[in-house]
Amino acid sequence: MSTQEKVIAIIAEQAVLEPSDVTLDNTLEDLGIDSLGLVESIFAIEEEFDISISFNANEPEKSDFDISNVAAIVAGIDKLVLEKA
Amino acid sequence: MKRVVITGAGTINALGHSVPDTLEAMREGRCGIGELEFRDVDRLAIKIGGQVRGFEAEGRFNRQQMSLYDRFTQFTLTAAKEAIEQSGLEFHGELSAKAGVVLGNSGGGMQTLDENYRSVYEDGKNRVHPFVVPKLMNNAAAGHVSMQFNLKGPSFTVSTACASSNHAMSQAFQMVRSGMSPVMITGGSESMLCFGGVKAWEGLRVMSKDACRPFSANRNGMVQGEGAGIFVFEEYEHAKARGAEILCEVIGFAMSSDAADIVMPSKQGAARAISGALQDARVDASEVGYINAHGTGTAANDKTECAAVADVFGPQADNLMISSTKSMHGHLIGGTGAVELLACIMALRDGVIAPTIGYQEPDPECALDVVPNQAREASVDVALTNAFAFGGLNAVLALRKV
Repeated sequence: MSTQEKVIAIIAEQAVLEPSDVTLDNTLEDLGIDSLGLVESIFAIEEEFDISISFNANEPEKSDFDISNVAAIVAGIDKLVLEKA
Repeated sequence: MKRVVITGAGTINALGHSVPDTLEAMREGRCGIGELEFRDVDRLAIKIGGQVRGFEAEGRFNRQQMSLYDRFTQFTLTAAKEAIEQSGLEFHGELSAKAGVVLGNSGGGMQTLDENYRSVYEDGKNRVHPFVVPKLMNNAAAGHVSMQFNLKGPSFTVSTACASSNHAMSQAFQMVRSGMSPVMITGGSESMLCFGGVKAWEGLRVMSKDACRPFSANRNGMVQGEGAGIFVFEEYEHAKARGAEILCEVIGFAMSSDAADIVMPSKQGAARAISGALQDARVDASEVGYINAHGTGTAANDKTECAAVADVFGPQADNLMISSTKSMHGHLIGGTGAVELLACIMALRDGVIAPTIGYQEPDPECALDVVPNQAREASVDVALTNAFAFGGLNAVLALRKV
């Protein structure tokens, strides 16, 4: 599975949707994922890709990790995976 | 002061997944204690406990709930559902704004702690699930009960080890009696039957390897249990006005502190709590027909408790029955007083006294009628339920037949 497919699978599970219902330009808010759902998604992504995402729920705008939509999350993960390697 | 009655009861414990099943087991003197089943049990010296069997969280709770509910919260919600359904209450408007939930609990989310400590220490993982904190906190169960049943009044968790539930129920009783709230949900729960939970108790050297035999001369310690007991405490006129079924009345309570030793019980502290409850309830010692004992099956507790009862009741002590149902469901620590309150309800409402099972040899230091091995029919007007905790913190409630 590509990064994109894996991320969509994680987010779809969190949103209780089918992966086919999740598109790259969806925001997490569009998908009905609340703040708890967000931290759970980040946890699942860290587990899946064995990466560490710097994210503080108190100041999400200050995080280097862009969560504005699904495409941004995929791009952020690819960057972190690359940095790790 | 308002009168306070119980209009709903719910439980899950080693004897049953409901109140009727649990009371049937108590009537039959059945033992819910058996071989423990969980990871690494082979590394324990103590391998028995009153474990809840056949309880599957899957199907009962959805995925999101499962990620937030430790086993003690699952037990609590299951028992709360039974209790509130029995009461027939629904919480809206002013009732919702005033009703709350006060629960007893000692260990919090021990299963969650155990799993996650294992993961970071033993497996060397550097990441835990984001909900570890909201899952393991002692007040998680109270919070979830308030959310599920729309209780918007005062809610909190009381933690006084083995007396947690009695302290919690005393608190709820005071709130209804004072007129602060017409209805309070109360009781307690515990789930410590995991490797770390039992290992910690093992360290104290007070656990039995074979059975819990309260008051029996050959007793050799306590046995842990798990589960929950939840009750609806309701103001009497409120209950009567809506034609609710009343299980019994709560008529008084007392709390005391030994101020002596962190683990050894004191006869004076226990006696002050027992006599204080009688005084608060304005009943004479001669009216008490049954005491649900703390009765842990340890050498220290049972003789101290019997001496305290003898002190308070004098010659009347020979006319009352005192039994420990821990012999059947084990010691539920922070949830124990709640499950044991069921034995008081059975005595008052059904006229059946739960036995102390596993009783084999009389102990001259426990020379009371401990209702050995077989339940007994008897008409009881007033019952007491004792809890004496580590820390020397004691709480006793008094109940009356309605």
